Amino acid sequence: MKLTQGTFSFLPELTDDQIRAQVQYCLDQGWAVNLEFTDDPHPRNTYWDMWGHPMFDIADAAGVMIELADCREVYGDRYIRLSAFDSSPGWESIRLSFIVNRPTSEPGFRLDRREGAGRLIRYSTHSYATERPAGERYGDDA
Amino acid sequence: MTPDRPTSVDLRAIYEESGVGKILDELDRELVGLGPVKRRIREIAALLLVDRARRELGLAHEPPTLHMSFTGNPGTGKTTVAGRMAGILHRLGYIRKGHLVSVTRDDLVGQYIGHTAPKTKEILKKAMGGVLFIDEAYYLYRPENERDYGQESIEILLQIMENQRDDLVVILAGYEDRMERFFSANPGFRSRIAHHVEFPDYSDDELLAISEVMLERLNYRLSADAEVALRRYLALRREQPHFSNARSLRNALDRARLRQAKRLFEESEGPVDAEALSTISAEDILASRVFETSQAGSTGS
Repeated sequence: MKLTQGTFSFLPELTDDQIRAQVQYCLDQGWAVNLEFTDDPHPRNTYWDMWGHPMFDIADAAGVMIELADCREVYGDRYIRLSAFDSSPGWESIRLSFIVNRPTSEPGFRLDRREGAGRLIRYSTHSYATERPAGERYGDDA
Repeated sequence: MTPDRPTSVDLRAIYEESGVGKILDELDRELVGLGPVKRRIREIAALLLVDRARRELGLAHEPPTLHMSFTGNPGTGKTTVAGRMAGILHRLGYIRKGHLVSVTRDDLVGQYIGHTAPKTKEILKKAMGGVLFIDEAYYLYRPENERDYGQESIEILLQIMENQRDDLVVILAGYEDRMERFFSANPGFRSRIAHHVEFPDYSDDELLAISEVMLERLNYRLSADAEVALRRYLALRREQPHFSNARSLRNALDRARLRQAKRLFEESEGPVDAEALSTISAEDILASRVFETSQAGSTGS
């Protein structure tokens, strides 16, 4: 199941040139770009791990693409997303965020229903990937 | 040759369209002296222009190596010219952004193990799409200390210079003899640098012309006596150690302005006019220490 989070997620995967063009657009707007990765793609998991610092003072997308290549080398089997922050209102707010790397197989989610008192039902989203320990979720045999 | 490719190009049109002529003219107009440097830059610009035309005709495919070394004594305009170079390369479409990132060893080399690589990469990321200007590049390499982290920085630089030639242009700058030693110790650099540009020292006349430009920008001017004094000053200062061309001149002018202010303050009785406020007279320059030492006949500074 293809994970659909962030911008462009219903489109085919962006090529590196398309990512580069998006990044360049962000930089031209004066936004700072940062990279995050995770192996827990639950939609409510907003705390992805940061890859280095947010990249301020970069003029050209090539600088960001170097970091993306490095991040893919280390965490190529996880989700990596790229976010652009706009600080012009006086605080950092996300303008654009999209997934730039995903594992080869995405097991997806299951909907759990828990019956409560009466006819009450509570729903929860369970990610199959999290059944394995963190760091081993999207290995070769996944 | 594929049929959709043009069979001829108009060099003049490319030249006009790129707007590079404007930068070259500015270079000629605004920078005093530096004849050989301007000639080299015109040559490089012509080469790049022709290379672009060749690519349009399908005669060349590889992007040319553009890394350069600027050698010359301090204060001969290396940083200024590097900024112009970035503009030229940008106009000709060889770098995408055209900004100049000017660094020295401290910005690239770390203090402890594992500090250097991220530091160097940080700078390289900032310089992407523009020109990375490494001043006094020979300090990167310290042969006397085998555990120096400079070597690590050099390796990263060389790798990026080779692999990302269309993303970044590196300009190394420094004194001529020390750069020569640096290159012979690091043959990797020499082979990756296409253009070596030498910056000559300024002559006294050129320095005087520069002083005029500098003062004009600040709305000052030299009196006729002061000009003579400044000429004498430059001749004496040149003999002393640590003479750094235009930089020494700027410092001398700054000190002259200081003395002029002091003089006006102490002498003035009643109102001072704009004329007096903006004229540097001979005594402001003659009060310099340079003249004292020459009168005493000592060679030290």
